[in-house]
Amino acid sequence: MLSGVHFWEGNIACAEGALAAGCNFFAGYPITPQREIMERMALRMPKLGGVFIQAEDEIAAINAVVGASWAGAKAMTATSGPGFSLMQEGIGYMVMTETPGVIVDVQRLGPATGQATKCGQGDVMQARWGRHGDQAVIALCPNSAQEMFDLTVEAFNLSEQFRVPVILLADEVVAHLRERVEVPPEDRLFVVNRRRPYTPDEPPFGSVRPSGVPAMPRLGDGFNLLVTGSTHDEWGYRHTSTPLVHSKLVRRLVRKVMDNADYIVKVEVQGLEEAEVGVVSYGCTSRSVYEAARMAEARGVKVGHVRLKTIWPFPEKAVRELSERVNVIVVPELNLGQVALEVRRVSRESCRVVQLNKVGGGRPITPREVLNALTAWARR
Amino acid sequence: MARHFALKYLREEVLPTPFCPGCGCGIVANCFFKAVEELGYEDLRDFIFCSGIGCSSWIPSPHFKADTIHTLHGRSIPVAMGVKLVRPEKKVVVFGGDGDLAGIGLGHLIHAARRNLELVVIMVNNMIYGMTGGQTAPTTPQGSYTSTTPYGNPEPSMDVARVVADAGANYSARWTVAHALKLKDSIKRALTKKGFAYVEAVSQCPTHYGRRNRMAKPGEMMRWMLANSVPLEKAGEEPGKIPVGVYVDRDSPGFVESYWAMVERVRGMVS
Repeated sequence: MLSGVHFWEGNIACAEGALAAGCNFFAGYPITPQREIMERMALRMPKLGGVFIQAEDEIAAINAVVGASWAGAKAMTATSGPGFSLMQEGIGYMVMTETPGVIVDVQRLGPATGQATKCGQGDVMQARWGRHGDQAVIALCPNSAQEMFDLTVEAFNLSEQFRVPVILLADEVVAHLRERVEVPPEDRLFVVNRRRPYTPDEPPFGSVRPSGVPAMPRLGDGFNLLVTGSTHDEWGYRHTSTPLVHSKLVRRLVRKVMDNADYIVKVEVQGLEEAEVGVVSYGCTSRSVYEAARMAEARGVKVGHVRLKTIWPFPEKAVRELSERVNVIVVPELNLGQVALEVRRVSRESCRVVQLNKVGGGRPITPREVLNALTAWARR
Repeated sequence: MARHFALKYLREEVLPTPFCPGCGCGIVANCFFKAVEELGYEDLRDFIFCSGIGCSSWIPSPHFKADTIHTLHGRSIPVAMGVKLVRPEKKVVVFGGDGDLAGIGLGHLIHAARRNLELVVIMVNNMIYGMTGGQTAPTTPQGSYTSTTPYGNPEPSMDVARVVADAGANYSARWTVAHALKLKDSIKRALTKKGFAYVEAVSQCPTHYGRRNRMAKPGEMMRWMLANSVPLEKAGEEPGKIPVGVYVDRDSPGFVESYWAMVERVRGMVS
């Protein structure tokens, strides 16, 4: 672990965050703009005694993560939009089999090949709903190189604690941003490791614990493990037509995330008390909001800003609180309006939700554009 | 009464199997257990089994009394790769069908062979997508009738054992389930190999392949497989025959071995 102060780009900070969190298996496939994560892992992982593998495609990468995780490793993959699409089935399998693992999606501009090297934030809803079937996953949105480190550690911790895949929903700007990154001393870093059963008597897919998270045995320890993506009971036996088994399983899988949303969700809140106008932001776009809020302040407009560090489960409480204090919430996004849908749902028409969208060329939303929206709506 | 020798490797609570009467999967399982027993394994503790989606993927899961992981369609090999890299001391065995491994999962099969990844892959080739009702597969003989080739299959089939051998596997062999002893010997050989070992068992699906090709009885299919097989040396002389035999048996270093040797070399190097 490289404790100390560094001048790193976000992708390097992400790879180092993973290693600091104990990641010892990385599988990936080349894609812009995540390649620095993969190349850093190729360089560092063997020296630390872990596994780095360049897979033949993203499908192999996510499935290798599944195998490695069940064999006991802390596993991760990193990709971008098109690769993230290919990984969705594997992520669904991880949800169903309660396989921990971290998936980094450095968002670029889609759809399809789109503008491959340019920034976008169009994968927000895909991260939540990209797979078939009911489920809940966790997704985190870093907005700095420091958070590329911190939230990658957090992603591993949540993944290990809840036995769910955790998506680090980064974006091209944050991934390629070079900034000061502080890596804490090893004894100051909070690292969670999955609970392992001591004996084969603890069911690997059912839990009597209130958390709903069962302990996870390893393949190869002689527990006669049955792992399957089909509907299964708490011991892993398939029940492909029993209604109750399916209902019980899927409800628990969703509940173990949603019931713990208060614990999982992290937001950054500024200026809520005196807010005249609200703004909800995430990822690189929030950087312009900080500046815009300062500029607005100088013009006498008080801005309430909720920045989503956790994007799924959606930070309903913080956004609802903001919506009850202001008449308008501006939602700047590098897409045509995805988080705005959630803000609208959560605010329950208690305020107006205004979209500020931009796509194309990787051009960020500027502080001036946010400022114009904020001042225009604050005066109404 | 004497207990069947294979029961010690089976979860008796899940028997009988879900396979159709006359299915070849039982013969493949039997050959595997015979091989394992002859190698002296009293149980399956040294093994981890991976399978995908399809009838033959049910052979190990849930039937084998062992650690098993039943993965997505076509993805058993990448999952097995993850498992083997993390637990190199275990024997990782993949069971799958021709649709699973040579259809949707062919890329992974070829790359695992190219890497010479230390897996044993047993492909049950029933020449059809059995579980979904008998659609044509990359291995369906040209001219055969299936539910998606109602006028006869216009496509040539793939010689998967040859592809695997050419890609770089240490071991590749094909037999039919009508050659049970040969099949058992090849599985046994595969289990002792380092590097990628592939054994293909051409097998009957009387339900979906046989019925549509005038071989509705399992025995008819097995006789057809025997009559239609040719030793590898004579492959290609007559069209439409099933080549059987050992395509390759060599001892190149495996990927996991090479990877961990590299780790030993660079471990602890400063950044």
